[in-house]
Amino acid sequence: MSEIFGVPVQALMGQLMLGLVNGSFYAMLSLGLAVIFGMLNIINFAHGALYMMGAMFAWMGLNYFGIGYWWSLLLAPLGVGLVGILIERSMLRWLYKLDHLYGLLLTFGLALIIEGLFRDQYGVSGQPYSIPEELTGAFNLGFMFLPKYRAWVILASLTVCFATWYVIEKTPLGAYLRAATENPQLTQAFGINVPLMVMLTYGFGVALAGFAGVLAAPALQVSPLMGSNLIIVVFAVVVIGGMGSILGSIVTGLGLGIVEGLTKVFYPEASATVVFVIMAIVLLLRPAGLFGREK
Amino acid sequence: MNRKRVGYAFLLALMLVAPAVVYPVLVMKILCFALFACAFNLLIGYTGLLSFGHAIFLGTAGYVAGHSIKVWGFPPELGLIFAALAAAALGWVIGSLAIRRSGIYFAMITLALAQMMYFFFLQAPFTGGEDGLQDVPRGKLLGVVDLADDYNLYYFVLAIFVFAFWLIHRTIHSPFGQVLKAIRENEARAISLGYDVAKYKLLAFVLSAGLAGLAGATKTLVFRFATLTDAHWHTSGEVVLMTLLGGMGTVFGPVVGAATIITLQNELADKVGSLVTVIMGAIFVVCVLAFRRGIVGELGALYKRMTGTR
Repeated sequence: MSEIFGVPVQALMGQLMLGLVNGSFYAMLSLGLAVIFGMLNIINFAHGALYMMGAMFAWMGLNYFGIGYWWSLLLAPLGVGLVGILIERSMLRWLYKLDHLYGLLLTFGLALIIEGLFRDQYGVSGQPYSIPEELTGAFNLGFMFLPKYRAWVILASLTVCFATWYVIEKTPLGAYLRAATENPQLTQAFGINVPLMVMLTYGFGVALAGFAGVLAAPALQVSPLMGSNLIIVVFAVVVIGGMGSILGSIVTGLGLGIVEGLTKVFYPEASATVVFVIMAIVLLLRPAGLFGREK
Repeated sequence: MNRKRVGYAFLLALMLVAPAVVYPVLVMKILCFALFACAFNLLIGYTGLLSFGHAIFLGTAGYVAGHSIKVWGFPPELGLIFAALAAAALGWVIGSLAIRRSGIYFAMITLALAQMMYFFFLQAPFTGGEDGLQDVPRGKLLGVVDLADDYNLYYFVLAIFVFAFWLIHRTIHSPFGQVLKAIRENEARAISLGYDVAKYKLLAFVLSAGLAGLAGATKTLVFRFATLTDAHWHTSGEVVLMTLLGGMGTVFGPVVGAATIITLQNELADKVGSLVTVIMGAIFVVCVLAFRRGIVGELGALYKRMTGTR
């Protein structure tokens, strides 16, 4: 069996893997959006810009300070998380009592600022970032070659996603977090520092975006524009999955990545729009989203 | 009431003589974006719906007007009407999907659907892709007035703007507009009073899309081309900014906001280059944090405070 529906297995599997890689990014970003939305009631439009910032930090670390990939994987998300905490402390916390739309508008403005600053410094063209030595080459699985880096991206993002799920659903810290999401006043009355948790949640959510950015740096090119195109697709993913469930975000992200990969094989013209078409269909059939609850 | 009339008459007189002082194409650009922002304000300011994909109506109508005038040989007035109707039809499709969710989801859905249309335009053969649709002739209005002349076109554009502005003004102050405001203030209550909220929202969305389309079609006529920029989400963000800066839910806010932003972009474009985006973002942040009523809203509040204490 070397062909399925007239498509060589090699090409099909290749696109499927690529789809899973993209899906991993969708999953990590929509997970961060969902965690932030749950706690802050804000849709973080700057998420794409902060993802780009993670990738740019990795690139800058390598080219200015000689910091390698593995250290970047730790340091860049920390840096992005710190930026996030600064944003939360200095701006977002003034908006919690207002209409949710103001949070969207503010973070949109922030996205423009971050993207504009990097574009002014580095232009719009992509900068190459090479794959670390340990992960170059490919596994031969018999029916296909699996590039090691792609396997690593999928593995790393799945690990991070499930760790997040575990922390939120199965640990005491997660229980406080869920309580603060459900009823902040009451949780605070029990002596839990809710504003601190809100701050750390935002920092963690955007650090997740930064982590995705570092993972993406060798797989895609590092460019100031890489975030803004992605964030709109991630919004569609969030609408499809609904933001109520953490596992839902992960599954939806990965699933849509695969669907997009398959579309590239069978009908490449639609690969850029297929996620949006699915979103329209989901809105018609299940307006609250696949895993969402109607409020 | 009389003072208001005098005010409007004075503004109109100012607009009539404006091309003698300012470069008419710049004023026409401002008028197009002012109309666009007014149409957008009908949704955000009076219905409480944040559409984050409104540029798609501007862009779509631009292409439809350009294509129908250039390729099919439509006269300009027919091309504009046709394009506005096309944008309204697209508004009906996107609107009926988007109003199935509210609040933040509404914004994300409109943004995503607009992006989908953007990719469609990027690939479609009739748009000219990255190059855009160029050399659209301005033609003759009703077969008589030559619009290739900037001054003739200016008065035509001004007439379109005044008509649309009047239409929006009438809509806001009609019973229909009152229901929209009721939905903005308290949707659950509007439902309990027996209003079919979804129908009102959709109608407002279609009207707003059609008027945004009219702005886009007029813009194509002014600049003689239609490009992807008009359909890009950056433009959607710009119209949000114009309305926010001028004052959401005020009649003149969007006009003031559009004039400020366009003038600013015009002045800054060759001085700071790509930092324009940063400045736009900074205005966004400042407006949201400190200035939520916008220029017109703040001035109105100031006026009320001064007359109130007196």
